[in-house]
Amino acid sequence: MEIKKGIAVSPGIAIARSLVIDSEDYRIPRRSILPSVKVMEVKRVRDAFKKAVAELEKPDSDEIIAEGNIKDIFAVHLRFLKDKNLRKKITDLVYNDLLTAEYAVSTTLRDIANHFASVQNKYISERATDIYDIEKRLLRHLLGKKREDVGHINREVVVVAHELSPTQTAGFDRKFIKGFATDAGGRTSHTAIVARSLGIPAVVGLEDVTRNVAPAATVIIDGNRGVVIIEPDEPTLKEYQQHAIEFERLERELDALRDLDAVTRDGVKVELYGNIEFPHEAEIVIDKGGQGIGLYRTEFLYLYSQTEPTEEDHYRAYSEVIRVFGNMPIVIRTMDLGADKFTQSRRFVREPNPFLGLRSIRFCLQNIVLFKTQLRAILRASVHGDVRIMFPLISSLHELRQAKMILRDVMEDLDEDGIKYNSSVPVGIMVETPSAALTASILAGESDFFSIGTNDLIQYTLAVDRGNERVSTLYSGADPAVVSLLRSIIHDANKAKINVSICGEMASEPEFIMLLLGLGFRTFSLAPPMIPEIKKLVRSVTVESCNVIARKVLMMNSEREVINYLRSAAMKVLPEVF
Amino acid sequence: MLAETVNKIEVEIKNANGLHMRPAMQFVDTASKFSSSVKVGNGDIEVDGKSIMHMAMLAAAAGTKLTITAEGADAQKALEALKDLVENKLFDESAWQGKNEADK
Repeated sequence: MEIKKGIAVSPGIAIARSLVIDSEDYRIPRRSILPSVKVMEVKRVRDAFKKAVAELEKPDSDEIIAEGNIKDIFAVHLRFLKDKNLRKKITDLVYNDLLTAEYAVSTTLRDIANHFASVQNKYISERATDIYDIEKRLLRHLLGKKREDVGHINREVVVVAHELSPTQTAGFDRKFIKGFATDAGGRTSHTAIVARSLGIPAVVGLEDVTRNVAPAATVIIDGNRGVVIIEPDEPTLKEYQQHAIEFERLERELDALRDLDAVTRDGVKVELYGNIEFPHEAEIVIDKGGQGIGLYRTEFLYLYSQTEPTEEDHYRAYSEVIRVFGNMPIVIRTMDLGADKFTQSRRFVREPNPFLGLRSIRFCLQNIVLFKTQLRAILRASVHGDVRIMFPLISSLHELRQAKMILRDVMEDLDEDGIKYNSSVPVGIMVETPSAALTASILAGESDFFSIGTNDLIQYTLAVDRGNERVSTLYSGADPAVVSLLRSIIHDANKAKINVSICGEMASEPEFIMLLLGLGFRTFSLAPPMIPEIKKLVRSVTVESCNVIARKVLMMNSEREVINYLRSAAMKVLPEVF
Repeated sequence: MLAETVNKIEVEIKNANGLHMRPAMQFVDTASKFSSSVKVGNGDIEVDGKSIMHMAMLAAAAGTKLTITAEGADAQKALEALKDLVENKLFDESAWQGKNEADK
């Protein structure tokens, strides 16, 4: 059994045999033609264009093509295939330079694709795939190959590939294709867009999944958590088979919950927000019934471009989300790089102990220009909606004061430039270090809100690197040490009358919700696909019973005892989510 | 140089994501409705406004100023339609960039 972690881009669970698709990377050798056949060769190019256009204008899988996004993609392809400039560029190579039609097509389109791939704008650079797709389509006609789509398969499969092109995905028969797993790609890649519009699970950015999966191996794709499991063992397989069946039924049921409040049976209101990484995910949060963004991670701005993001890059990314949410709250977390996430620039020196090193707010406080750029953009965006600023990894009051001082500096700069911003923008912190948790009463005096990042809090409290498979079993939110810290944080927050939410993964794990409600938490921020499930759970419990559960858990002295108790308690309330 | 008219305007890309594929497609579709030739300039580069390859390769980000030159009987109409698409309709995308400018 092998477990691989990637980026979850389309929810759902698929279990099936793998269909590993080789990257159809035609290598077309540079060959010359005799001047006497150049007219014929040009005609071959024209014919290939004609056939490709005809193919797109009368696609064989009308049903799939009819769906919005896919249709859009092929509309772009069609414009390219009808572009006289493109065709002329290719025929000129054939006619004037005496090169084969295949080579002329390939080299021209690859040049264009490379040009796109080098563009800063992610919307454009990811569209290089489209150009490769056009190249393949033309070559298929030139080389006389049959469409090698996987339309002819007749058993259920999950598709494993380096990256899928729109043509490949549109040729898929939805009856048999159960999910995608790809090496490359991001949330806005075609694989992601197509998977979502077909409603099948997909995990991308797995780096080397094609090398790890043998043909016809059993593969589980968990599009909710971004996990792919290769050749699962019997218990894992059983567990996921159950998940898969339940997921489909739940999905339908949960959709009905979208417009209902997250309110317990005894009338206590709970707020459910979404955690997002990319601007376009804002719509998924709305779609899933989220009431705002509890955690807008901003690292993508630094990770996906070759240069440091400009103030405008930041401003655009924030404004895009605000536009979707109107006046609903959006908590923007300032840059949280370092440790396991590095920027493209080489300013991060290798550290022996990165999780205890120069990361996150510490890095920002030492790189004030970079920090100020982001703060300035957030402040400028703050006039458009309910924007809140959150500093990550605060481990002392001193750090919080420094960060706030820099924020005030930026506000003064904006005043001088006569640029509007919300001067009373709420400023809060992530409580994710034991030191912050233990001094929560002090930090609460100078924070407008807390958000508990349980992932780091658990990791630092239990001294366990959960990415290290030799110790990861020791990582658990049910450990009495963690429960005790959570209780003291909420106690201190309540005393200072500031809002506290949970934005770590614990908030999306059903077994913990009753405990968290019982401890007094009323705001959760989680991965968007999980919102309906947690809402259903919230609507199925009473705060009274949760209080009893929390009291019992606080008296337990082992992780085993806590987790078994919580699982059985949650299972009684909502057996179908487990 | 008979009844031909040459007209030139400057437009600013204001939608947040710039001139990516879909906006490029809309631009080309709009330009192609007119008989006039349409050229689009960005700095030293000038391309065919009816070619999606050319337009997409401009990869103009938000804030980029482009010159559009139209030549032909319906040049004036073509420019009006393109200006409307780029600056008012924003390719049906974001208006925030524009809003921000107004804030300043």
